[in-house]
Amino acid sequence: MGDPMGMHAAHAIVSGMGGMRTAGDLVARMQLNRGMRIDAAKSYVADKIGVSVPDLADSVTMAELREDLDIGVVCEAPGVAKGIDAKFNIARLLDLDINCVSMFKERVGI
Amino acid sequence: MGNIVARMGDGDRVDMTEAEVQQDLEEGSQDAAERAKIPPLTSDEIAYLMELYRRKDRVVGVEDSKACCLSYDNQTSKIERAHIPVSKFQQLALFERCLGADTLELTHIDYSFKQVKHVVIYDKPNMEQAVLSTIAPIFYGAMPNLGLYSVPDGPVANPMDLIPADRIDEARESYAQMVEYAIADMVYVGSQLYEFGGCDGINFDTTAASGDAEFYAALKAAEILHEKYPAMGIEMGMSGEFILGMHAEIEYDGVRLAGLYPHEQVKLCEKAGVTIFGPAINIVTNQSLPWNLARSITFTKACSEASSIPVHANLGMGVGGVPLVLHPPLDALSRASKAHVEICRLDGL
Repeated sequence: MGDPMGMHAAHAIVSGMGGMRTAGDLVARMQLNRGMRIDAAKSYVADKIGVSVPDLADSVTMAELREDLDIGVVCEAPGVAKGIDAKFNIARLLDLDINCVSMFKERVGI
Repeated sequence: MGNIVARMGDGDRVDMTEAEVQQDLEEGSQDAAERAKIPPLTSDEIAYLMELYRRKDRVVGVEDSKACCLSYDNQTSKIERAHIPVSKFQQLALFERCLGADTLELTHIDYSFKQVKHVVIYDKPNMEQAVLSTIAPIFYGAMPNLGLYSVPDGPVANPMDLIPADRIDEARESYAQMVEYAIADMVYVGSQLYEFGGCDGINFDTTAASGDAEFYAALKAAEILHEKYPAMGIEMGMSGEFILGMHAEIEYDGVRLAGLYPHEQVKLCEKAGVTIFGPAINIVTNQSLPWNLARSITFTKACSEASSIPVHANLGMGVGGVPLVLHPPLDALSRASKAHVEICRLDGL
């Protein structure tokens, strides 16, 4: 509970990794689906996408890298992967089964 | 020694001397330590908190290297609740693309598994579409809310009517029936949203609000879902620091649930297959925030140290050192956020 400015925006600025502005969504995937604690999850992601751990929460480095890796950026650019397209690439990069990606493949027979 | 503008647990501003803040920090930590039989904060940690309260900054933040992942409860009601008429999909997009959310959560406005059961047929295609258009990992979330299974909201005799009449065995039988109904609903909803909706995980929020029987139901549901879908993410957020003994004898894996504190709760969650645990430490409104913050961090630190899975502490309205108000003041929220993450070495909030 709490208003969006006082609670959700505030926590994101004070403590959050930044979601897809940075690599917060990627680190969160390793926590959620592999039960990795924060340091292990950050190291795993950094290793898989070829950056240092401090780079993971840097919006400048990650915006460029996310566009290069085609895993989705906040400010859309034409031709850059969006939604499920980006998750196909994330699953491959992180060597991780993503539930909806597996379902998508099954549905369309790939 | 100057004065410090602090707050009470209900958010009211209060002038305190440094000596009073120091005393409240020590007493709050001691309260948690004595209740849960865990170590109090060290003198260095008390000094860190003291320094946090001395600072005049309106907003403070964690060191870069300690930034963590955020998860949410009832996320697709947050914007709507501010009287902004946007859809669930639009709320997910706002969180992902405007509010820096590391995770997303699709939910029903009536945020209990029993109520969700009736609208699963609508939320499954909602989830199917949400996973196509979003990138961050996405939960489906609801509360176990065991109370909804007893009269007048459900079919089972209400234990709160039976216990005062000294009908203890019947009350325990009621809890057993409520548990069976709740497990069935949680497993049904979780299975539908994961297997057919395509979500990444299920969030059990405000767990154990009805006490030990509810905690048992959630643990069993998590265990069943983990066995069915080993790759499923399961987050279990709690409702308070102490498991109320409403049944008083119910056990999970040979451990009596009544009276467990967060550092003990997390161990059972690990056994059940939970992948993210959320301790919740309630605010005591008539104590100061320094007292509440030190108390919450003492419980949460012990939990984080005991855990082998990620810990996302609940730092919302009235829990985790955040005052019990709908519009949390930034000075209080940012201090609670920073201090919990840095001292407890949290994986998320």
